Amino acid sequence: MAEKKKKLLQGNEACVEGALYAGCRFYAGYPITPSTEIAEGMSVRLPKIGGKFIQMEDEIGGIAAAIGGSLAGLKSLTATSGPGFSLKQECLGYACLTEIPLVIVNVMRGGPSTGYPTGPSQADIMQAKWGTHGDHPAIALTPSYVQEILSETVRAFNLSEKYRTPVIVLYDEIIGHMREPITIPAPGDLEVVDRAKPTCPPEEYFPYDDRYDVAPLAPFGSGYRFHVTGLNHKKDGFPTNDSKIIRENNERIMRKVDKNLEEIWKNEETYLDDAEIAVFAIGSTARSARFAVNEARKAGIKAGLLRPLTIWPFPDKAVKELAKKVKVIIVPELNLGQMVNEVERCSKNAEVIGIHRVDGEPINPAQILDVIKKHK
Amino acid sequence: MSSPAVTEKKQKVSVPFDYNKYLRPNKLPHIWCPGCGHGIVLKAMLRAIHDSGIEKDNICMVSGIGCSSRTPGYVDFNTLHTLHGRAIAFATGIKLAKPELKVIVVTGDGDALAIGGNHFIHVCRRNIDMTILVMTNATYGMTGGQYSPTTPMDSISTTSRYGNIEPPFDACGMAKAAGASFVARGTAYHTIELEKTILEAIEHKGTSVVDIIDACPTYFGRANKYKSASQMMETIEKDGTVSVKQADKLPPEKIEGKALRGVLHKIDRPEYCEQYSNLIVEKAKGK
Repeated sequence: MAEKKKKLLQGNEACVEGALYAGCRFYAGYPITPSTEIAEGMSVRLPKIGGKFIQMEDEIGGIAAAIGGSLAGLKSLTATSGPGFSLKQECLGYACLTEIPLVIVNVMRGGPSTGYPTGPSQADIMQAKWGTHGDHPAIALTPSYVQEILSETVRAFNLSEKYRTPVIVLYDEIIGHMREPITIPAPGDLEVVDRAKPTCPPEEYFPYDDRYDVAPLAPFGSGYRFHVTGLNHKKDGFPTNDSKIIRENNERIMRKVDKNLEEIWKNEETYLDDAEIAVFAIGSTARSARFAVNEARKAGIKAGLLRPLTIWPFPDKAVKELAKKVKVIIVPELNLGQMVNEVERCSKNAEVIGIHRVDGEPINPAQILDVIKKHK
Repeated sequence: MSSPAVTEKKQKVSVPFDYNKYLRPNKLPHIWCPGCGHGIVLKAMLRAIHDSGIEKDNICMVSGIGCSSRTPGYVDFNTLHTLHGRAIAFATGIKLAKPELKVIVVTGDGDALAIGGNHFIHVCRRNIDMTILVMTNATYGMTGGQYSPTTPMDSISTTSRYGNIEPPFDACGMAKAAGASFVARGTAYHTIELEKTILEAIEHKGTSVVDIIDACPTYFGRANKYKSASQMMETIEKDGTVSVKQADKLPPEKIEGKALRGVLHKIDRPEYCEQYSNLIVEKAKGK
């Protein structure tokens, strides 16, 4: 990868490129449609560069081993789809509370249950935020293009390393399996963040040092012997029943996201400056929305698109500002109403209209254009 | 064990043993009940670790959820207290990412054989270098004494008030069948033997499983009318087991219904992390 390379890649293959670019050297997972190509790609590529790949006995084992790999100091990835994402939720919460960096890719397929394994959906948006029990920080990124799957996977690792928290990359089957020409970035083209490691002597090290919102994390086996538990814990990592410490720690892990929204949020705005009607969409649906908005403009309708690349934390600020400017916000999504409620929460004045589809087919541009025309 | 190995081991033991070197004294007292064998197992384990000569920085101890899984909190290693049933899966990730670490999993029978049964089977199959100490007390102690996968039939527990109708697992039989290259059984009663068994498990290359019978007086004992912790220990751990070395010499009626103690299975088989380096990485280089 000494220089830029053009490649025709599938979304899941681009995810592999992004993970390796970000410095991922550990993958553990379990085969599941439509994400399996990520595991296949990692199994081929990682051993060539001194990385480790293991196919675990189940989805839970996949994320658990990935957390173990990360704690041992390697940037770690696991990938899955709906049923597997459900199974991984307890471990996801463990990584949130123990603050172990990890990237989880969920290539969304039709649900509930086994659902429609080869069909696309965007029905795990709420699960990405609320899937594991208890209050916990959530970061989820939503690329729309194959190139973006690469760059957002890199960003996911960066955010995960920076904030010591699991980050989810959430995209639908359509872009997971779509092929597009992309450019593999050369080293240095994209920022790569590594977790902070302690510089203090081991006897002064606290894995949850409360002087920081994000304390440095020592890899296991580096001379810093410390304890990690999924129980509420003190700054030294040991369990506690002290209500003050429990509250402070629970608030601190949320603060890692809440205090850094501007840095975590990322939106693409198209034609919003003078827009009277806006579309809010992610993933493959945003591609249809962009087409629809372009067509609307050709027809003289002042339509625009707000496309969040960070869906969690939800882009409250961008939607609130948008809702002050436009009359209508249309929310097409491949589910029966998830993002639309969040958009409504942030839209005091604008009317919010959902377009929902759960038949395993994409929302096409004409569907969105019809609604734009109806509400112009 | 051949004599040169014994000589080598004796040289390692030249440093005097001190529990405080391995414990985190400010985390004591432990949570275990009076009469529980977990503390005895902890001590045997620490003596075995001392005898192995492995540095504390190079030991990673991983556990799941349950009474026995509280062990890592008390010991001064790289310690990870994970989720119910998942210790082996987390440990697999750590070992593969950093094979130079000696990984020891401390788990209970519910943690390893019920909710974590799948990971237990597959770690044995892979033969990844890891020592798994299963503290088998036939009880879910942390939740107040429900029957577990090793509870004997007819036993009373808070969820088998009319007697347990489920046959118990043989953890050693399952480990061997799944491919573990070292399988042994000990008890909290036979402490010196247990220490030696754990040491041999730690020094073995590959997945080593030690099933440690370690009765729970508080729940299993009281529910099943044992008079005291010591009487329970003598009945279950002393009289209920027989050394594998003696078993061959005894008539069948003397060993019937008793669990065999000692090293039950030990073979040389390729270890997972070595296979990964030697086969996968080597082949990938050329592609």
